[in-house]
Amino acid sequence: MPATKLSKAASHDQASRIFDLDVSSLRELNQALHNLTPGSNETAWEVLHPKGSHSVAVGVDQPVTIDVRGSVGYYCGGMNSGSTITVHGSAGPGVGENMMSGSIIVKGDASQYAGATGKGGLLVIEGNASSRCGISMKGIDIVVHGNIGHMSAFMAQSGNLVVLGDAGDALGDSIYEARLFVRGKVDSLGADCIAKEMRAEHLELLQGLLDRAGVTGVKPSEFKRYGSARTLYNFNIDNADAY
Amino acid sequence: MCGIVGLFLKDKSLEPKLGAMLSEMLVSLSDRGPDSAGIAIYGAPSSNEAKITIQSAKPARDFRDLDTELAKAIGAPVSIAVKSTHAVVRTAPAKIDEAREAIQALRPDIRIMGAGDVVEIYKEVGLPEAVVDRFDVRKMSGTHGIGHTRMATESAVTTMGAHPFSTGADQCLVHNGSLSNHNNVRRELIREGMKFETENDTEVAAAYLSSQMAHGKNLGEALEGTLSDLDGFFTFVVGTKNGFGVVRDPIACKPAVMAETDQYVAFGSEYRALTKLPGIDNARVWEPEPATVYFWEH
Repeated sequence: MPATKLSKAASHDQASRIFDLDVSSLRELNQALHNLTPGSNETAWEVLHPKGSHSVAVGVDQPVTIDVRGSVGYYCGGMNSGSTITVHGSAGPGVGENMMSGSIIVKGDASQYAGATGKGGLLVIEGNASSRCGISMKGIDIVVHGNIGHMSAFMAQSGNLVVLGDAGDALGDSIYEARLFVRGKVDSLGADCIAKEMRAEHLELLQGLLDRAGVTGVKPSEFKRYGSARTLYNFNIDNADAY
Repeated sequence: MCGIVGLFLKDKSLEPKLGAMLSEMLVSLSDRGPDSAGIAIYGAPSSNEAKITIQSAKPARDFRDLDTELAKAIGAPVSIAVKSTHAVVRTAPAKIDEAREAIQALRPDIRIMGAGDVVEIYKEVGLPEAVVDRFDVRKMSGTHGIGHTRMATESAVTTMGAHPFSTGADQCLVHNGSLSNHNNVRRELIREGMKFETENDTEVAAAYLSSQMAHGKNLGEALEGTLSDLDGFFTFVVGTKNGFGVVRDPIACKPAVMAETDQYVAFGSEYRALTKLPGIDNARVWEPEPATVYFWEH
């Protein structure tokens, strides 16, 4: 097992700081992460036994790596600003909610509203994401290897949502802007969301997103693009009778 | 909020631990609802006994000599096992309806928590830890059970407003969410002859299922009906004499996680509730789909 020994030695060199949530409290973990200052040598963190805890590594604002060994509950990595968080398990509702920058990788599945309201950064779900993935996204890039549930990208405003599998009902309902790329089938499109032409610039953008998310063996040409028809931007007086 | 749990055992060797496992699951979700908590445990069936779980705010007064008075009233042997504010009355299955009426006549202040061949229901105001301690739930064995910790929205924080709600023999239900058409459905069910103890929306859902099953539907079909007939937010977990079912409304904003191994099927509002179950690291863990009925029967 020489490879394992090598990687262990490497992580010791970086002085990976280990927090066992069976021993330390979640508050101690998050406080220690919040105490980080620019240029800190404590760049590698490992969280053991999260056991579905809420708010693991929320509000981190330094470019550190955090490996969470297990499944987490609500809001993991919320408001992330610059850190790289890997969840070696599944994530509960609201993973990466309001992320500003950095990246979050979920090795398992994500529950509802993954990446909600995210303003930047990259969220990768290697399994499936459930309902409302990317709801009200404001600039975040989300790549889901599996499927996404209903009402995803609801009222999405900016950013890119890439789905290698299928999308549930009402994709992109009331979408403002944001680009949605889906490789599989879409159960139904929401109000004002339409299929759009995949132009060269979109293929290039999508290739870049797939590369950043570590996706290989999948071509941008396999996807369809969806986005806003922009008919809800202004009130149509012909609809006045409906109110 | 509210937190709900359910556990359906496939492996008989776990049955003595059902109460302990379900208690642990419920206590882990305490911060989802601090108002009241309750648990229904389905125990081993007995051919010559059925059970009524009763509750009184004045147990010392109401439970004293109830066994002898009740036995006299119904003309059959009766035993009573008191646990704090609750007691389990056991008598012959054929006498159970008669016993229920006699209890209400003999002790008007006693409330019926539930009745059936196997179910026992314990619920009170307070945190899950206090409630499971008070009724020694950890020591109970059984085949399956459901539990609830409540953050009240629809009706008062009282013992009767706590879940599980039972409206039919060995049937009970826990609910996370709120229903918006419960007053209408309650009126329709009252017309059918169903009786209600509270103004609570969840009691209506329980009675709806009981009514559907009384009309010959199985648990799965009855749960399917909730999707068209009940309006509002819900994740329901339901227990019957030999079964356990789950359904979420089509919007599915109330959380739910399930796990299955060769030994059990488990439900929790959150993954936190499942982390101490045996073999959870290798269990199949998934989020139940919206508007999809799941049920298991022994």
